[in-house]
Amino acid sequence: MTEQFKMDAPATERRLDDMAQGLVGAPLDRPEGALKVTGTATYANEWQIEGMVHGVMVRAPGNSGRVVLSNREAVAKMPGVLSVIQDDRLLRNPAQGTANKAPVQGAQHATYLGQLIAIVVAESFEQARHAAQALKVTLENGEMVPVDPATAAVEPQEDQTLDQGNLDGAMSEAKHSVDVVYTTPSHSSSPMEPHASIASWEGEDLTLRASYQMLKYNRNELADSLRIHPDRVRIISPYVGGGFGSKLGLAPEAVAAAIAAKELGRPVSVALHRQQVYEATMRRSETRQRLRLAADSDGRLSGFGHDARVSNLPGETFAEPVLQASHFLYAGANRKMSLELARLHRLCAGSVRAPGEAVGVTVVENAMDELAHEVGIDPVELRLRNIPEKDPESVKDYSSRRFREALQSGAEIFGWAKRPGVKERRDGEWLIGYGMASAARINALMESQARVTLLPDGTARVETDMTDIGTGTYAILGQIAGDMLGLPRDKVDVILGDTNLPPAAGSGGSWGASSSGTSVYIACEAIRRQLADRLDVNEHDLMLKDARATYANQTKALTDVLQGDEIAKLGHVLPGETSDAVRQATFGAYFAEVAVHAASGETRVRRMHGSFAAGRILNAKTARSQCLGGMTFGIGMALTEELTFDPRDGHVVNHNLAEYHIPVNADVPQLTVELLEERDDWASPLQAKGIGELGICGAAAAITNAIYNATGVRVRNYPATLDKVIVGL
Amino acid sequence: MQTNVIINGTQRRLELDPRTTLLDALRHHLGLSGSKKGCDHGQCGACTVMVNGRRINACLTLACMHDGDEVTTIEGIGQPGNLSALQEAFVSEDGFQCGYCTPGQICSATAMLEEIRNEWPSHVTDDLVGGAELTNEEISERMSGNLCRCSAYPNIVEAIRKAAGKGA
Amino acid sequence: MRPFDYIRADSAEAATRQVADGGIFIAGGTNLLDLMKLEVMAPEALIDINRLELNQIEETEDGGLRIGALVTNSDLANDTRVRRDWPVLSRALLAGASAQLRNKATTGGNLLQRTRCLYFYDRAMACNKREPGSGCAAREGFNRILAVLGTSEHCIATHPSDMAVAMRALGAKVETLKEDGETRQLTLDELYLLPGDRPDRETVLEVGELITGVVLPARVDGRQTYRKVRDRASYAFALVSVAGIVAMEDGRIARADLAFGGLAPKPWRDAQVEALLVGETPSEALFNKAADQLLAQARGFGDNDFKLLLARRTLVSVLTELTETRT
Repeated sequence: MTEQFKMDAPATERRLDDMAQGLVGAPLDRPEGALKVTGTATYANEWQIEGMVHGVMVRAPGNSGRVVLSNREAVAKMPGVLSVIQDDRLLRNPAQGTANKAPVQGAQHATYLGQLIAIVVAESFEQARHAAQALKVTLENGEMVPVDPATAAVEPQEDQTLDQGNLDGAMSEAKHSVDVVYTTPSHSSSPMEPHASIASWEGEDLTLRASYQMLKYNRNELADSLRIHPDRVRIISPYVGGGFGSKLGLAPEAVAAAIAAKELGRPVSVALHRQQVYEATMRRSETRQRLRLAADSDGRLSGFGHDARVSNLPGETFAEPVLQASHFLYAGANRKMSLELARLHRLCAGSVRAPGEAVGVTVVENAMDELAHEVGIDPVELRLRNIPEKDPESVKDYSSRRFREALQSGAEIFGWAKRPGVKERRDGEWLIGYGMASAARINALMESQARVTLLPDGTARVETDMTDIGTGTYAILGQIAGDMLGLPRDKVDVILGDTNLPPAAGSGGSWGASSSGTSVYIACEAIRRQLADRLDVNEHDLMLKDARATYANQTKALTDVLQGDEIAKLGHVLPGETSDAVRQATFGAYFAEVAVHAASGETRVRRMHGSFAAGRILNAKTARSQCLGGMTFGIGMALTEELTFDPRDGHVVNHNLAEYHIPVNADVPQLTVELLEERDDWASPLQAKGIGELGICGAAAAITNAIYNATGVRVRNYPATLDKVIVGL
Repeated sequence: MQTNVIINGTQRRLELDPRTTLLDALRHHLGLSGSKKGCDHGQCGACTVMVNGRRINACLTLACMHDGDEVTTIEGIGQPGNLSALQEAFVSEDGFQCGYCTPGQICSATAMLEEIRNEWPSHVTDDLVGGAELTNEEISERMSGNLCRCSAYPNIVEAIRKAAGKGA
Repeated sequence: MRPFDYIRADSAEAATRQVADGGIFIAGGTNLLDLMKLEVMAPEALIDINRLELNQIEETEDGGLRIGALVTNSDLANDTRVRRDWPVLSRALLAGASAQLRNKATTGGNLLQRTRCLYFYDRAMACNKREPGSGCAAREGFNRILAVLGTSEHCIATHPSDMAVAMRALGAKVETLKEDGETRQLTLDELYLLPGDRPDRETVLEVGELITGVVLPARVDGRQTYRKVRDRASYAFALVSVAGIVAMEDGRIARADLAFGGLAPKPWRDAQVEALLVGETPSEALFNKAADQLLAQARGFGDNDFKLLLARRTLVSVLTELTETRT
């Protein structure tokens, strides 16, 4: 019944190219679209459960010290209040993605300002909110703790250190070189749906209706946090209102809801306030990055150095993997890299869309732009000249890599040839500039399972605890199953987001589609084999289309083949030797035109294009939307997004959507996206790679490079807000 | 506190804590969870509904202030199988991803098209006295009160153009 | 949000009495409820004035407009008379907030909105405006959005309104009704207080005093513009804004009514800046002299130092636009 497949060799057969139904790759609408546009898709905090009460969490007002709730009894007696809970199992901060166990717990001590240290539960949301605000929290015996990454103690990340050849020598001998320091600020994922959980117990069994990206891990994290067996925990998360990393790991509201529901014997809903999302979920670490590039007179790299400092809370091992793509993106025989982690008391740092590359590639691409100007060649040409033949460190081959084509095709589509010189073009009070940057993101396949059932009526059901966080999972899993089983899209029902279903890879790291898609593919292949057995043909000679089987010059309805039976198969994919045999990554290029106001320094993106290669595209519509989203994150990162921290206590000052400036509609022009045709046999039997994050991995640099082109101003401290541009105008 | 509100054409009598916002009344007390809570402070637009034909943030108004008002939520605009032109266009143009901001976007766009018909200018309208065309720039400005972190903005603009019958 | 008594007022006179004891008027509520949810404001009663007949825009005898306090920002921005004759006001309103907020926010409420200072909004932080005597965490905190003019050692908050900046340039007057039935008119300069040592007192309005409307003087000749500089293209508060009404005569500046947002605890206007411009021939040097005057007393607090340069650049740019000869 279980079909297990390990990715040990390239999948050169490319079976999806041969399927007759023609669904995979097509720009089909999302099947859940009608529910989403009518408000009838049910998100976490929207389940109406009999007897449900409301919990509101309470924050620590400082970053150190023992938590004292001085008026706890009085608050407990306020109207409607059912309980004031301070429990050692409350999470200090969310679990990291794929942690699979509880993060640091404890509500007795504050470690950062904004930490959620108690929960107040009341009959109504209004009562709970007021009571939570009335709770007086003081901190005793607090100490001065570091909050500034520039001065905090640092820990070198030895496993991230690289010293190959002699970079210092290469730098001193280089005809052209760049040695620059850039900084990027902390970012917030800021999904539109705040974290929310509804916990309800039946005896010792817990059901959590929540908003998470990786349910199989989240279930174990929740069980471990509560010190119960994972079999006792079910998480339901069919619709997730955006994640972008912030819902990878279990967050404080889930554990609080579970504890409160157990204590009260009633379902408890806990939705984080937007301020709490900013203060107590995850941030992307700020980075300080030094880039050293050494090149010959033609711009060919002889040296590549990248040193970065990031930060996190004491006890957290996650260090923003800034160098991830620096290892393989460009040539350069002499290479030096290092990463260090500063320990400080700001909210937890973790994954925000494309951890590593989002900020790492961006700064590499700024440095490359600086080098192009040093050398005096076209920035596109500089990239083309430095595409390495093999991985410059491991000397492995790349799997598929249409990097060169992306650069060239993107330049053509955008009209890069018509780019102005620095400070050359003006439109009234607006200075016009063009900029470009490369895109790169590692690719991974992860263990994933799905059950596919071909039903007697000739329809199919796909079931997995995989999530759809806007990524298009409902669409693509149905397309894969439909193609493999020869069923129109509307004959495949895709059921997601429930830990009672087979455990999937989850939505993160751009691996969701290829991993969960492969599990569906594997299950379908097994079903095909069984159908072929019934028809006594070789499975490869069986053509399935529109619920009919064609074989050996015959055709037969699937219902007739099934004869009242159903065929259910569990597909189970495991990563294998192809993960390490080659360098797998996705690539692309961005091109942007900006206008910078000559008086105010305000920047508007007028046009932006991205050309991307990410293996087989499973749905051209949803894949394009993922790229639009990534590029827009890039616009935010380039121009407006910055979590600001108070220099004295490290709290997030701009903890709301009015002052943490994610782009609004008017900030985003009609972006264009090209998806290059590609098959990556090393990645998965689908020949697909991840595309959910590629759109942000360098995007911001295209914009800041364009600002330089427009104004001659290099902003090396992101974001390029007008105050940093205006000083150079 | 008793309040009578006409919601999607139906008279509803509410008996609520006066602190209850219109948004929480819809979501917690009327089973209408199509209107979303993204920030609860008028900073994201996910809660956009129409009151007496005008789009507002349901999170920043109290239910008890709406006695006698007519409220239209996403549930009143169209249902699965009976989508409005805008809802259909949002599906076909992929004007959303996670879908959380989507009901607010669609309520907002529904009212926005009416505002353009009534010749309301916007921040980007050159001539305050003449009417405004439904350009990309106008749509983007007028829809900027609805954040979308999945960043479907280009598709939202396309969907609105398509629904308005003015596709490029 | 603390519990409160909700009272629907059916006359302005009644409302002024009903609000007297720990109550507060609510109209649009877009800022008040925002603050009440955070318990930054916690009135004991809400006096809902939405049913009062204060939602008309009428022409005054001398060619101006009387705008009812309950006229929404949308209705005011879209009024054909305002668009034609007081375009700076339409422009300012349309540059503010979002369409949804403008549909709810009212003229009176917009004038009385509180600062966006993030330390004012956070009850864990010291704020003399929220809690007199507790200190000002913003001065040495993250103060990028805060004021450079009119500040005191106790408060560096800005007034966030766009509308009020345009009204200040237009010389609008606020009409009020007091609890004792007395009415009065106040210029915007008179309405707002600088923080001094009492940043919690933001206006001269007395307990129970209700803004009933705003009177715009008759239209004046000249060009009008509202320039708002902000971090996003839309839906963001002003870092700096300038409302300008400039008339030219024989190549010289005959009128220069200028008000500024984003710089100060109140919509800022400086008569000396205008005096310096009037009668002169436009030039960049002149505009810079005007900026020198505007910023003579300005000081930044670190993160917001850039506002001095930004205000200068924006003023010069606006004056250039309003005085240049159109072809």
